[in-house]
Amino acid sequence: MRGVTPTTAIGPRGSKPKRILSTRNIVVYGVLTVAAVYWVIPLYVMIVTSLKGLPEIRMGNIFAPPLQITFEPWVKAWDSACTGLSCEGLKVGFWNSVKILIPSTFISIAIASVNGYALSFWKFKGSEVFFTLLLLGAFIPYQVIIYPLVILLRELGLFASLGGIVLIHTVFGMPILTLLFRNYFASVPMELFKAARVDGAGFWRIFLQILLPMSLPIFVVALILQITGIWNDFFFGVIYAGTLNFPMTVQLNNIVNTTQGVKEYNVNMAATLLTGLLPLVVYFISGKLFVRGIAAGAVKG
Amino acid sequence: MSSVDIVDLHLSFGATKVLENLHLNVAEGEFLVLLGPSGCGKSTLLNCIAGLLDINDGQIFIGEHNVTWAEPKDRGIGMVFQSYALYPQMNVEKNLSFGLRVAGFSKAIIRQKVAEVAHILQIEDLLKRKPAALSGGQRQRVAIGRALVRDVGVFLFDEPLSNLDAKLRTDLRIELKRLHRKLGNTMIYVTHDQMEALTLADRIAVMKNGVIQQLDTPNGIYHRPKNRFVADFVGSPSMNLIQGTLFKQDEEWLFRMHSEATQDEQWVGISLTHYPFTAAPAVGQKVELGIRPEHVILTEKASNSVSSYLFLVDLVEPMGPDVVCWGSVAGEPFKVRVSADFVFKPDTTLMASFDLTRASIFDIETGGRI
Repeated sequence: MRGVTPTTAIGPRGSKPKRILSTRNIVVYGVLTVAAVYWVIPLYVMIVTSLKGLPEIRMGNIFAPPLQITFEPWVKAWDSACTGLSCEGLKVGFWNSVKILIPSTFISIAIASVNGYALSFWKFKGSEVFFTLLLLGAFIPYQVIIYPLVILLRELGLFASLGGIVLIHTVFGMPILTLLFRNYFASVPMELFKAARVDGAGFWRIFLQILLPMSLPIFVVALILQITGIWNDFFFGVIYAGTLNFPMTVQLNNIVNTTQGVKEYNVNMAATLLTGLLPLVVYFISGKLFVRGIAAGAVKG
Repeated sequence: MSSVDIVDLHLSFGATKVLENLHLNVAEGEFLVLLGPSGCGKSTLLNCIAGLLDINDGQIFIGEHNVTWAEPKDRGIGMVFQSYALYPQMNVEKNLSFGLRVAGFSKAIIRQKVAEVAHILQIEDLLKRKPAALSGGQRQRVAIGRALVRDVGVFLFDEPLSNLDAKLRTDLRIELKRLHRKLGNTMIYVTHDQMEALTLADRIAVMKNGVIQQLDTPNGIYHRPKNRFVADFVGSPSMNLIQGTLFKQDEEWLFRMHSEATQDEQWVGISLTHYPFTAAPAVGQKVELGIRPEHVILTEKASNSVSSYLFLVDLVEPMGPDVVCWGSVAGEPFKVRVSADFVFKPDTTLMASFDLTRASIFDIETGGRI
């Protein structure tokens, strides 16, 4: 044991004090604040504008809060805004989007998860080649295959139908989702799989009873990717869905880009916010799970 | 209970041959340990027996049945893994009963079997816990239970104790041995830990590069290693190996160290009269003389015995019950294990004499015992 001499008694002791206003803190918080403001201001303008009446908008103060709050633009956007000749609002597009979203998301995730499972645990001859080919699909620019796909769907009798657009979304989600699931399952120890096989479980039982319960985070990630991706899709919707099944995004475009009559900025803003509401809600609810799943699945492998 | 017979097994991954022409018979109720350095094919062999790897050629029999093409669950085996491999979302009870539920046993039978196994392994209090809430030792106990509950003839262990800390490993090792005595099942156990192999096994198969080097009792492996690899791999600290040449003088076989040849013309070498040769020696044969550190006798002064060398002590390592001293004989590294009461200082010179009845001599070229 060393004795305490006077010099050590007055020297530093305990945890080192931290300065709050250090250069590092100022830079970090400064950049973050600027970035946040940059993203929030447009959203603020949209919300404020959607709550104003047209006369107030014409006054031109786009940053000013509404003098008189009105929800009429929201009601009009949902119920009676005109797209071309029909004036039934966004609700038609909303229900179309729901009808496209639910089967596409469900089917694509179901198939991709089984794909990923088979590719990491039940390797067959040529499974690596198969996986590489599938990944290649993720890098092909969509524009190249639009027209061939139109012909393909026409021959299948699915062009301009709900089935057609669901098929398109399912197929296009496959590469990235399969990659996601394969990498997640690759991080599950092989011994777990072996133990289940010794216990007598087969292909489906191992998947359903052992892997599914421990894969919640990656399913949430896949769900978010698909929900936001399919909901925000404009391109496939406008080409393959057909006029009767136009998703919300296509209808939004038709409302906003009407060339006749007065530009109803408040209705346009309300319609845009309504269209973006679902992905926004999904992110807010599942942000934490999303990050956890991405960290668990996407990086490794 | 059933025996395991492996006949002419071949396995290759692509172009690399992992196991070739492998034969192994494990008797009913025997505890066989597969021992070898990592990458020697011991775990691969175990996976073949379990049916988790498809073999290229050969046959595997468990009991009376040819199980070469059978699914793992139909082979009558239970398996325990190094990483425990417990199903993380199921509690201990569900983990234990998973195989039984898959096989479609009635609820009453499942409950009874789980209770039985839980009693044997003393994990009754843990049944409702999830694996994450268990310690390493408890997890491995549950993993052993999962194999036990299936009522099979053969247990396969794939380095089951490697993930545990030293003390727990010793405890569970003894428990496993007790369990084997109680149940009497055939057990095949893979490990790279020679202490586990020596303490647990009825017989040990030492493997290297996919080939079984020696299949013998722990005693046979330790005291009469069949080749240089086995001699060097088993034993800690490892066997002293001294290179030299065999001579014959007046009907007496002698061993002369390479490095001493020029030192002293009078010195003829150490007598091998008491060494039990297993193959005919040849004059001038290049050999290695192997002697375990505990079979060296240290004395202060030269005795009359011809079989002694000068041993220069360099470092002393107290191990508790005994002391290992590291040093050199004629410039070659050499170690000796002596009792803890033997007091001496580093950098002294002592006489080391060998007990040649317990030595081993290997041919340098083939590495085989002579």
